[in-house]
Amino acid sequence: MPLPKYDKTLLVIVAEAVLERALVRDATQLGAQAWTASEVRGAAREGLREGQWEADRTVELKLLCDAAVADAIAEHVLRTYAGHYSVSMHFSPVQVLRPDRY
Amino acid sequence: MIDVVVFFFLLGVFARLVKSDLRLPEALYETLSIYLLLAIGLKGGLELSRQPIALLAPQVLACVALGFAIPFMLYPLLRALRLVQADAGALAAHYGSVSVVTFAVASAALAREGIAHEPHAALWVAVMEAPGLVAGILLARWGAAGRDAGPSRWGELMHDVLFGKSVLLLLGGLLIGAVAGDAGMAPIKAVFIDPFKGVLALFLLELGLVAGARLAEVKRFGAAVLVVGVGVPPVLALLGAATGVMLGLSTGGVALLATLAASASYIAAPTAMRIAVPEANAALSITTALGVTFPFNLVVGIPLYIELARRWT
Repeated sequence: MPLPKYDKTLLVIVAEAVLERALVRDATQLGAQAWTASEVRGAAREGLREGQWEADRTVELKLLCDAAVADAIAEHVLRTYAGHYSVSMHFSPVQVLRPDRY
Repeated sequence: MIDVVVFFFLLGVFARLVKSDLRLPEALYETLSIYLLLAIGLKGGLELSRQPIALLAPQVLACVALGFAIPFMLYPLLRALRLVQADAGALAAHYGSVSVVTFAVASAALAREGIAHEPHAALWVAVMEAPGLVAGILLARWGAAGRDAGPSRWGELMHDVLFGKSVLLLLGGLLIGAVAGDAGMAPIKAVFIDPFKGVLALFLLELGLVAGARLAEVKRFGAAVLVVGVGVPPVLALLGAATGVMLGLSTGGVALLATLAASASYIAAPTAMRIAVPEANAALSITTALGVTFPFNLVVGIPLYIELARRWT
C-alpha cells in the first residue's frame, strides 16, 4: 500500500549571506516552520559571488510550507529586500509525509 | 625592504591575475582569521595587566574619537568626487573602521626593524572598529530617515558590530591574556605566539586572491577609486601619527596608530554597511578598501608610516 502523501511548496531563496538572519526571522513570522540553510556560490545578473570571504558569501535557504505561506514570504522578500540586495527565488511542488511539520 | 609576509599577498594577487586555480578552502580562511584575531588579542593582553588603567583611558578615548572623526572628514571629499550620499557615507565608514591584518603586517614590520611599540596596541584596534561605522551610517542616512525601514535596525546592527567576531575575539583575547599572564600563557604560547607570522603569511596569500579579484573592478569605477584608495590613506596616517604624538606614544606606537588611521576595514564594514545602508554600492566600497587601499598600505604605506613615526618622535 502506498504511503499517504501531502502537497506542500518548497520555496528556495538564494541571497546575500548578510540577509540570512533577517530572512529566517521574517519567514518564521510569516508562518514557515521548517527551513534549512547552506552556503553556495554562483553568479547572477549582479555578478559573480565566489564566497571567498565574509562580504562575498551567499546563502541558499530552503523553506517547506503551504503554498499560501510561500507566496506571502516571497512577496515580502521581493518588497523588502530585492530592491537593494541580490536575491533570487523559485518554487517547486513537493510531497511530504507529515504535513503538520510544515 | 618589504616584509616577507607581503610577498605572500603579492603571490595571491599574481595567482588571481593569471587565473590560477589556487583557492584556499573557506573553512581555512575562517580558521586563519579566528587565529589571527585571537593571537593579536592574547599578545596584547599579556601586557595589558601590567598597565595602569588610568594610562590607557586617554588612548582609548583618542582612538574612539579618531575613528569617529575620520568619516566626517572624508565625506565632503567623497561628495566632491560626485559620490551619492549613501555611497559616500558607506565608503567613509570603511575608512573610519580599521583593518586588523594591516595592523598585523605593520606590527611584523616594526618587529623586523627592531622598533618597540606599546604592547597593548591590540586594544586600539578593538576600540577603533565600531566608531567609524556609526559615523558612516549617520552620514549615509542623514536626512534620509525612513527611506529603508526594512532590515536596518540600530540595535541589531550594533549587536553585530560589538559582538561580531573581530571585536569579540580581539577583546576576548586581550582579556584572557591579561588574566592568564605569562605563566598562564606559557602552555599555549607554542600555538598562539610563535607561529603567528607564518599564519599571517598564509592569510595574506588568501587575501591576495580576494584583492586580485577586486583589481579588475578598479577600471569599472574609474579615477575616483584610485584617488581615494591611494590618496586618502597617507593623509589619514598624518592624522593618526599626530594623535599618537599628542598621546606621547613610542615610535612604534605612532607608526601603528598612523597605520590604523590609514587602513580601511574589509570585514566588519562591508557587512555592517550592507545591513545599514543597503542602497549603497557595496562593490565600490570593497574595491576601494580591499582592491586599492589594502595593497597600497601593505606595499607602500606601512614603510612610509614607519618613517613618518621615526621623524616625528
